[in-house]
Amino acid sequence: MKLSRFALYLFLCVAAIYTLIPLYVMLSTSLKTADELRLGNLLSIPMQPSLEAWGKAWSSGCTGVRCDGLKPFFWNSLIVTIPAVLISTMLGALNGYVFTQWKFKGSEFLFTALLIGCFIPFQVVLLPMARVLGMVGLASSVWGLIFVHVVYGMAFTTLFFRNYYVSIPADLIKAARVDGAGFWTIFWRILMPISLPIFMVCIIWQFTQIWNDFLFGVVFSGADSQPITVALNNLVNTSTGVKEYNVDMAAALIAAAPTLLVYMLAGKYFVRGLTAGAVKG
Amino acid sequence: MASIELKNIVKTFPNGASVLKGINLDIADGQFVILVGGSGCGKSTLLNIIAGLETASSGDVAINGVVVNDLPPKDRDIAMVFQSYALYPSMNVRENIAFGLSLRKMPQVEQNATIDYVANMLQITHLLDRKPAQLSGGQRQRVAMGRALARKPSLFLFDEPLSNLDAKLRVDMRSEIKLLHKRLGTTIVYVTHDQIEAMTLGDKIAVMQGGVVEQYDTPQAIYDAPANLYVAGFMGSPPMNLLKGTLTGKAGAYCVQLGEQSIQLHGDTDGAANYLGKELVLGLRPEHMTDAQRAADGAKQTITVPVRIAEPTGADTLVTLEFGAQTALARVHPQAYVSGQSTMTITLDTRKAVLFDLATQLRIA
Repeated sequence: MKLSRFALYLFLCVAAIYTLIPLYVMLSTSLKTADELRLGNLLSIPMQPSLEAWGKAWSSGCTGVRCDGLKPFFWNSLIVTIPAVLISTMLGALNGYVFTQWKFKGSEFLFTALLIGCFIPFQVVLLPMARVLGMVGLASSVWGLIFVHVVYGMAFTTLFFRNYYVSIPADLIKAARVDGAGFWTIFWRILMPISLPIFMVCIIWQFTQIWNDFLFGVVFSGADSQPITVALNNLVNTSTGVKEYNVDMAAALIAAAPTLLVYMLAGKYFVRGLTAGAVKG
Repeated sequence: MASIELKNIVKTFPNGASVLKGINLDIADGQFVILVGGSGCGKSTLLNIIAGLETASSGDVAINGVVVNDLPPKDRDIAMVFQSYALYPSMNVRENIAFGLSLRKMPQVEQNATIDYVANMLQITHLLDRKPAQLSGGQRQRVAMGRALARKPSLFLFDEPLSNLDAKLRVDMRSEIKLLHKRLGTTIVYVTHDQIEAMTLGDKIAVMQGGVVEQYDTPQAIYDAPANLYVAGFMGSPPMNLLKGTLTGKAGAYCVQLGEQSIQLHGDTDGAANYLGKELVLGLRPEHMTDAQRAADGAKQTITVPVRIAEPTGADTLVTLEFGAQTALARVHPQAYVSGQSTMTITLDTRKAVLFDLATQLRIA
């Protein structure tokens, strides 16, 4: 028994170290100077840790012809991600509410149709979406990108919320209706207060999807509205003679930081929301 | 206060299932009316239609003489208590009760007074700051009633409110609901599958089966003179004995031949004339087949029949008697049956006997 425990922990430790090594390499490389990098010792601890590479990645690295770092693109990503996450989550909540508590003729069909959206690969919609964005005048803009993410995200958020709300007893809604509550009052005052776990799931999911998205970012954004993933790609691929691994690593960490932060802040709700059962009593 | 009229209510679901097949009911102001029946008989659907939570496929619902078919639930001046209690999980008890009041724009001072009054009446004052999840089943039930009472509606709708309670609590709450009705005098429509609840609570009972009201009458009338075999078998515990036999004798002195036994009829048998020599069903409740000591004065006939089994319940002993291949339950005094006894002498109060047509299942006398 004790031995098997020990073996278990040993295995887990090895697995954890194995998974953490890339992160360690990234972090230590990003703190090294260019001189130290030339020694070629990948796993060594930085001798003179410096934030120089981070500074360069943030504000002066070259992404193509521009040389003002990731900063402007970081804001682009925030400007796209925050509204896209909030709008798609709210729409998902509303859809889930209607699909479970206000079923109408054809609502099951509509839900199924919406679900198909979960299975359409991104590449398939690139061309038609580009035409649509062009027609409505949203091409190459932040708003266009937000629109695409909202449309694409809605299938997932609707599925999440529908599966959460389907376990809410119909009597609860009936009681509220008899009490005099209408569509919106029931939504805001009865359902919203018990929806925190599923909101967290949706926000984490959508934030990760949209922040990490590269394809839509590279296709639908203009020069001024490129998200950080595109900028990171450009930064790494722009070479001026020497490959600056420390800057690349710092840039990658900057690009990954917000999703890590969201997981850390809301992660405990993630599992809880995914496994939450019926709302009892 | 409200009276309700249901005129030819039909409900057919989109998948073609016909749940209600033309319901007509008049519910007088202040009455306590029970809708009772097995599962799937349409009683809950009918209640939802009265509430306005579902719409009838055709027919009219009138409250106080006004047709309210298109009126949403909130405008029907009703309050409803659900089987699952349906308390709002995010609100504490006070907020649960206040929810409907504030939506109706009742001033805060008045709201507080109402909540205090209701909480006091139902003895839930100490629970006002708790969330539903922190309450026991019985407490939730009280809160659900409190929420309905606070609204002071002209009509209460109860949808199997006691089904989720344990047996003892159910009996307690049952008498409390009856007391509440006596005190408030508000019209109540109450759905249950429990015929004892129906008998004890109702001013009138509508026995439903398969989307049809089989009988709508006072509990005693339904008990004494069930309209058909279904009602006879459904109401009463244990249910009425239903025995197949042949009608013999002559007008005024009819007999029902059950195998070797001939049961003389003494009640109102005018409807039986056409059945002479034919098969029909004799109905007699267990308490009208009993020992000599317990038999009512004027009980007419004494017979001796084989005993199959006897089940003591404390107050009574239920004896299963054999009439040829058929059996009937007799409710006798615990000391009237001696363990091991193979036959028993039973006194029948045949004035209480009823007769049913075998084919139509309707009562004929």
